[in-house]
Amino acid sequence: MIKRFKAAAARLAASSLCAIMVMGIAEHAKAQTAQPTQVRIMWYSDGNEGDVMRDLLDRFERQNTDIKVVLDRVPFKTISEQLPILLDSGQGPDLARVTDLGGLSRHYLDIRPLVKNPAYFDENFASTLPWLRPGSGNKDGIYGVMSQLALTIPFVNTTLFEQAGIPLPGPKATWADWARASKAVADKVKAPYPIAFDRSGHRMSGMVISMGGKMLSGDKPALLDDGFKAAMKQIYDWHDNGTMSKALWGSVGGTTYRGANDEFSNAQVVLYMSGTWQLPQFTKTIGKTFNWQAVASPCGPAACTGMPGGAALVPIKTTKHPREVARVLEYFASEPVYQEYHARTLFLPAHAGLAKKGIPYQTDDVNVKKSLAVAVEQVAATSPIAFRLQGYEHNRIMFNAMISRINQAINNEMTLNESFTRMQTDLIDGFSAKGIKLP
Amino acid sequence: MAKADPDPNEPAVQSMKKWHAPGAEPWPERVYGAAMRALEPPFVALQKWFGIKGMAYVFVLPNMIFFSVFVALPMVLNVWYSLTGSDRLLIQDRPFVGLDNFRALLDCENYLTVNSCQQDRFWRAVHNSTLFVVLQVGAMVLLSVVAALLLNSKIWGRGFFRAVFFFPVLLSPVVVALIWKWTLQPDGLLNAVILWLGGERVAFLHDASWAFFWTVFVSVWSHMGFYTLILLAGLQSIPAELYESAQMDGTSRQRIFWRITLPLLMPTLLVVLILSLIRGVQAFEEVFILTGGGPGTATQFIVQYIYETAFANQVHLLGLAAGASMLVAVVLMVLTLLQLRISYHGKNL
Repeated sequence: MIKRFKAAAARLAASSLCAIMVMGIAEHAKAQTAQPTQVRIMWYSDGNEGDVMRDLLDRFERQNTDIKVVLDRVPFKTISEQLPILLDSGQGPDLARVTDLGGLSRHYLDIRPLVKNPAYFDENFASTLPWLRPGSGNKDGIYGVMSQLALTIPFVNTTLFEQAGIPLPGPKATWADWARASKAVADKVKAPYPIAFDRSGHRMSGMVISMGGKMLSGDKPALLDDGFKAAMKQIYDWHDNGTMSKALWGSVGGTTYRGANDEFSNAQVVLYMSGTWQLPQFTKTIGKTFNWQAVASPCGPAACTGMPGGAALVPIKTTKHPREVARVLEYFASEPVYQEYHARTLFLPAHAGLAKKGIPYQTDDVNVKKSLAVAVEQVAATSPIAFRLQGYEHNRIMFNAMISRINQAINNEMTLNESFTRMQTDLIDGFSAKGIKLP
Repeated sequence: MAKADPDPNEPAVQSMKKWHAPGAEPWPERVYGAAMRALEPPFVALQKWFGIKGMAYVFVLPNMIFFSVFVALPMVLNVWYSLTGSDRLLIQDRPFVGLDNFRALLDCENYLTVNSCQQDRFWRAVHNSTLFVVLQVGAMVLLSVVAALLLNSKIWGRGFFRAVFFFPVLLSPVVVALIWKWTLQPDGLLNAVILWLGGERVAFLHDASWAFFWTVFVSVWSHMGFYTLILLAGLQSIPAELYESAQMDGTSRQRIFWRITLPLLMPTLLVVLILSLIRGVQAFEEVFILTGGGPGTATQFIVQYIYETAFANQVHLLGLAAGASMLVAVVLMVLTLLQLRISYHGKNL
């Protein structure tokens, strides 16, 4: 009985093994012959760019049947918090849309040897390619393409100004002028937030540079100069006198980002310091409810500048399909595709040729058209310090130190001067973890 | 006395006969029998290999593998991370720094003045967590005892109220926090009611004191049902004869509570106290969603500090975060040992 059972079990095991092997070989052969190569992109969206990108990728797939592109749409928090961990562990996607351009640059793949026409990239993306290059010594790598060039810029609710009967400050108005006007409007129309800033060190940096802050000294941070301190004091005082509300920044802690886009869309904010990436969202959420527009960056004693920024589509060097990844990027960066993407998403292009020709934006929204015109003008007026800071690999350490510590001072957990000391300590700790010693 | 034979005509006996009739087993038994027969040869082989005593380890092995991979290994890794520096994730890329992370965390001129500490945010989180635990656990235990006493008495709709108290426990912490956030925000339900009554808008989540109060309140609201249930079970295990005797002696209700209920409830109460202490130290999800640790760092607790230091900030200071989590682990271990000791003591009373 036992012998018969053993023989039956052996036959069953042998036939199962054969079946599995045959199925495996068949699957492998099928994969080798018919399956397109799959390329995964980790993507977040501010507005409609995910839909536009999917549409463009569908077209790419029809033209390139050997490649299938999966667009994994994730929240921004996944990009900012989980992607760096994934990349450090070597488990990242093939491509990703990132905003910490320099901080993650050690994970990017140089596609220069893989693209057909590297000169096209050099010619048209010359001003932003250095932002993506790891290390200051790297001069010619192509480590991705900007999927959106952004500029920090204030948006004002012009309807509230009209209702209050107060004229908009002119193009060379200072931060103090805008603060006075916004507060007067808010008091008159009972708006809860005269000025709102995104809770981000990046958003504050344009103001710091306008006030005379140098931000960098060589390849090291130089935060605590008089210009920087003047800007921080201004923000501190605004929270103290009600020009900025503690309710917005106070609703989160640490380095957590907090936008005021919902409040602006609900006509609760007079002046909102954010950036051009809000345009597609505002056209959708505000519509014709009230009039609004971007205005020129307010001035300080040193400049009238915003901060450039944006997001880039970058190839990840752990990809198993570098050639296919390069083809996807080449397609995206090609002039007609890049133009259509920007025309439909209402983003500013990082492409020199298209910037010169102008993008035929697909919008009927007068507020957006006015804002885009102002933004394009302001890109040209942006301070070189701001461009340099944006390309600085470790700028996020500086931004994080600024936002978390000034917030503690605003909430009376420490004095303004103590917050400056702590910012410096945070910089020392952050750079030390990167293996860089600060004085 | 000899047992009487069962009546063969009884329905139960008929059913038993059908169940055991050869070749007519119900399908669950047939499946079970087939499964046992299939499993027998490998287990016989294993028993030959390991011996009867060794089979105990064979049965425990799957659980031990799971425990080793998902509990023990991360613990060992955490210890190693706490002894290394840099912002790199992979262990081979991280330089050994000895006890530097612990030195940085514990470097304070005065532990009561957080701004005098090198890692002020860590100590601010420790202070916040300590105050939170004291207030939350105190309020929770007190309210749970009151609720358990009420729900144990013969009140109208007792079953309904038991369900009501327990309902928040069933909700996800994220759901709890979002419900309260929508209620407490400037344009939330509570402010709408206040404005409707003619009052002024209150910054429930943006004023440090109010925000702290609401984190404690929401935490107590969401967890007290669980502790109430444990205490209710404790109350129901007290023998009714004791109360009957006391009533026959004419003892007052207050005296019954202090002399019978509370002493006999004490072991359960201590378990509740320790469990809620451990849970209080681990507070994170609800508070993180409700206030994000703000305003400033007014409601930033120790777990959020660890999370932000390790993952949310641009530079991932994993060593510092691992060191902080080791220090929290020590506190939790002391509390757990205390609970075990109390449980052991309770069993041997």
